[in-house]
Amino acid sequence: MSKKLHVQTTINGKETELLCEARQSLLEVLRDDLRLTGAKEGCNNGNCGACNLMLDGRLVNSCLVMAPEIDGRKIETIEGMASAQGLHPLQQKFLEHAALQCGICTPGFILAAKAMLAKNPTPSEGDVRHWHAGNLCRCTGYDKIIRAVLDAAPACAGKCS
Amino acid sequence: MSTNGFKVIGTRPIRHDGVDKVTGRALYGADIQMQGLLHGRVLRSPHAHARIVKIDVSKAAALPGVEAITTSADLLEPGDRMAELGEGAVKLADLSANCLAREKVLYRGHAVAAVAAANPHVAEEALKLIEVQYEVLPAVTDVVEAMKPGAPILDSELRTETQIPGAKSDGQTNVAKRFQFLLGDPDKAFASAAFVIEREVHTATVHQGYIEPQNATALWSADGSLAVWTSTQGSFTARAQTAEVLGIPQSKIKVVPMEIGGGFGGKIRIYLEPVAAILSKKAGKPVKLTMSRSDVFEATGPTPGSYIRVKLAADASGRLVGADAYLAYEAGAYPGSPVGMGAMCVFACYDIPNMRVEGLDVLVNKPATSAYRAPGATNAAFVVEGVIDELARRTKTDPLDFRIKNGAKEGTRRVDGPTFPRVGLMETLEAAKKHPHYASPLGKPSHPAAKRGRGVASGFWFNIGLKSSCTANVNTDGTVSLIEGSTDIGGTRTSIAMQFAETLGIRSEDVKPAVVDTDSVGYTDVTGGSRTTYATGIAAVETAKDIQRQLIARAAQQWKLAESEVEYKDGGVQTKDGSKRNTFQELAVKQAHNGFIVGRASVDPPWPGGAFATHIVDLEIDTETGKTTVLRYTAIQDCGRAIHPSYVEGQIQGGAVQGIGWGLNEEYVYNAKGEMANASFLDYRMPTSLDLPMIDAVIIEVPDPNHPFGVRGVGEVPIVPPPGALGNAMFDALGTRINVLPMSPGRVVKALQKANK
Repeated sequence: MSKKLHVQTTINGKETELLCEARQSLLEVLRDDLRLTGAKEGCNNGNCGACNLMLDGRLVNSCLVMAPEIDGRKIETIEGMASAQGLHPLQQKFLEHAALQCGICTPGFILAAKAMLAKNPTPSEGDVRHWHAGNLCRCTGYDKIIRAVLDAAPACAGKCS
Repeated sequence: MSTNGFKVIGTRPIRHDGVDKVTGRALYGADIQMQGLLHGRVLRSPHAHARIVKIDVSKAAALPGVEAITTSADLLEPGDRMAELGEGAVKLADLSANCLAREKVLYRGHAVAAVAAANPHVAEEALKLIEVQYEVLPAVTDVVEAMKPGAPILDSELRTETQIPGAKSDGQTNVAKRFQFLLGDPDKAFASAAFVIEREVHTATVHQGYIEPQNATALWSADGSLAVWTSTQGSFTARAQTAEVLGIPQSKIKVVPMEIGGGFGGKIRIYLEPVAAILSKKAGKPVKLTMSRSDVFEATGPTPGSYIRVKLAADASGRLVGADAYLAYEAGAYPGSPVGMGAMCVFACYDIPNMRVEGLDVLVNKPATSAYRAPGATNAAFVVEGVIDELARRTKTDPLDFRIKNGAKEGTRRVDGPTFPRVGLMETLEAAKKHPHYASPLGKPSHPAAKRGRGVASGFWFNIGLKSSCTANVNTDGTVSLIEGSTDIGGTRTSIAMQFAETLGIRSEDVKPAVVDTDSVGYTDVTGGSRTTYATGIAAVETAKDIQRQLIARAAQQWKLAESEVEYKDGGVQTKDGSKRNTFQELAVKQAHNGFIVGRASVDPPWPGGAFATHIVDLEIDTETGKTTVLRYTAIQDCGRAIHPSYVEGQIQGGAVQGIGWGLNEEYVYNAKGEMANASFLDYRMPTSLDLPMIDAVIIEVPDPNHPFGVRGVGEVPIVPPPGALGNAMFDALGTRINVLPMSPGRVVKALQKANK
């Protein structure tokens, strides 16, 4: 058994302490130890985007981040997007546009869209397609996802940074 | 909004499970956590074909943190029986040996042993300590090679099952089955036809590509009962298969269907469930097994590679007179490719008086194939639609007009015998002709080395019936909890709830659908075969009618009338003369005094006529790199009746894009040793958002008379036309046909070099 490392981090605004092994990925620690299972494992090698989350404001594949790397850093996951006031506009638009079928890729897409809109609040269809090329969806053919993100952009102004 | 007199059907409410799925709260199979949970990993064969001489687990067992190890020695030897999977059947011995190999490994990735440990890393370390001695055997991974004399034999006891006169042989073979359908006299038709065109094609193995890997968590309790949490398309068929492989009664097993992250046919057969169960029994703790992405590619059912020859004949007027097809499909490690369905579908779009189809199910050293969206049909349609395109060109007919002239309609006989009831191919063809896409100019290529083309293709797929059950509890506030057994892969909770709501005259949001475990609902077959909105929809309608009957009986008693004088109409019970009326909500409140209402139904409806689709694609090909860009895509489909149009469009769009991936990029690449060389999402190249335009989904509604609202199966047929349409568009652009799937950049360049020689 490897020795565990102490990590202090902020997850969805909440200060969190945890013990992890050096060989554990951030995705594994979130899912198995912290039971934040909104980030999904589709490939475990950075190809599908189902485990997307924000690390210090930057979109990452959490399967490619080692858990000890998050010490002193801020993480935002899908579980932190809705508030007591309701769903985030992106979540709402995904529902209205039927932009999900099985839903396994949805958390990753929504976080990726949020990261894009923070940088580019008025994206074109081409911008959305280019940005989301790192997120695989096998059910929808992307059409409704692209429409949901484009439709959410105006409502996200000021909410996606 | 209402359509066609409906209040709920045809509207687009937010799906009932939507909030859970956009907030990350929905629990999929791998999300299961429980006290004392162990993590398991499966040791897989590094060889495509080998005899297992010896397995030594002693070093692995000694590793701290390891709690249980299993091999096929722990599985009983199943007999010769078949296990019904809902969309095909499989021999039990094969199902068992596919879960844990017995004597031989038949493909790289074949499960050999499994470990349960305190965490996944310890389990992975333990796998490295298991010593397996193999006697490596020559492998064969191509269907044509596998049929040649002297090819490596996968199963020395296999003999070809056939009814074809003269085809029977007592020798060793990889051909598990050889069959023929015959209608009329095709040879005579070919001899006198004005136009005869033949084409032969190889298609690569492709995978369903669901984003969620297979998983199973099992808890074998001290009382002998077994609970299994899994992502499955069919909890009852998963229960049946697990019971058969373990040799225990089904009643001892509860399967809890978790949310499922895609399936497309690939999550019907079990892989991990019995293995997790045995590990749990040995460890006395719950065990979770999850596959890695490479496990999914190398060990779960892809759809077969194939070799197909098709010959078609037309008379001088452009009427099809004869057809002949030879379909050899790779079964993978065990018999059971979808060649039978491919043979039924190959000419299903056309009305041809003389037809012959020969089908072969051939073993190769690849994972056992399993269902993938319209299994078997896409391979065949790619070839036929190319020949049809060629005949349209030769007879100087517009390709849609050629199909309208020769297309299947009510009364057309399929090669395997049945005649079509009312179907909607013609309506899709007429809609394609009228669609602005078909009249639009192709536009100028974006650079001098680019060429543009347009292609069309049609496709057919079945719509199975099978069994579905529902129960419904009426709540005192006028809402209803609807309990169902169909696992929801793409919004069926809502499409079923909407039919229930329409029947009772309540709102979609007043229905609370729940997909529950095998102990909590009546028997329900798989979510597959394009059946769920159709058949479980019928079960929901019948459940609502059961509630109507109970309310009518109650009202008749209260009003002191005969039940025949009372009817259920517009969301309430009333006398036929309209003098007395109670709304559903009023009656629901009264339950606290009058007793609670529970509705139920279990149905086994007939198989409807099936679904047809016609697709149009524009593409641009860079003739220097061979890269194809899809410029515009229109997918037209007869859906019978669209219950929730957004999710119908979603099925059409998703299916079309899987077909585009199949046509242009996706394939299992094998090296000389029979190892898959591209078992990752990086190298197995599925379409990304950047590769595609919007997909214009056009819904045609030719109601199916077997369903109260006219529903036809929607999910599968949209994958069938795309490779054919893409191939025809490529011919339009390049003047050459590529006779291999996928038509990837390298193959396009090669075909152009060959054409220019």
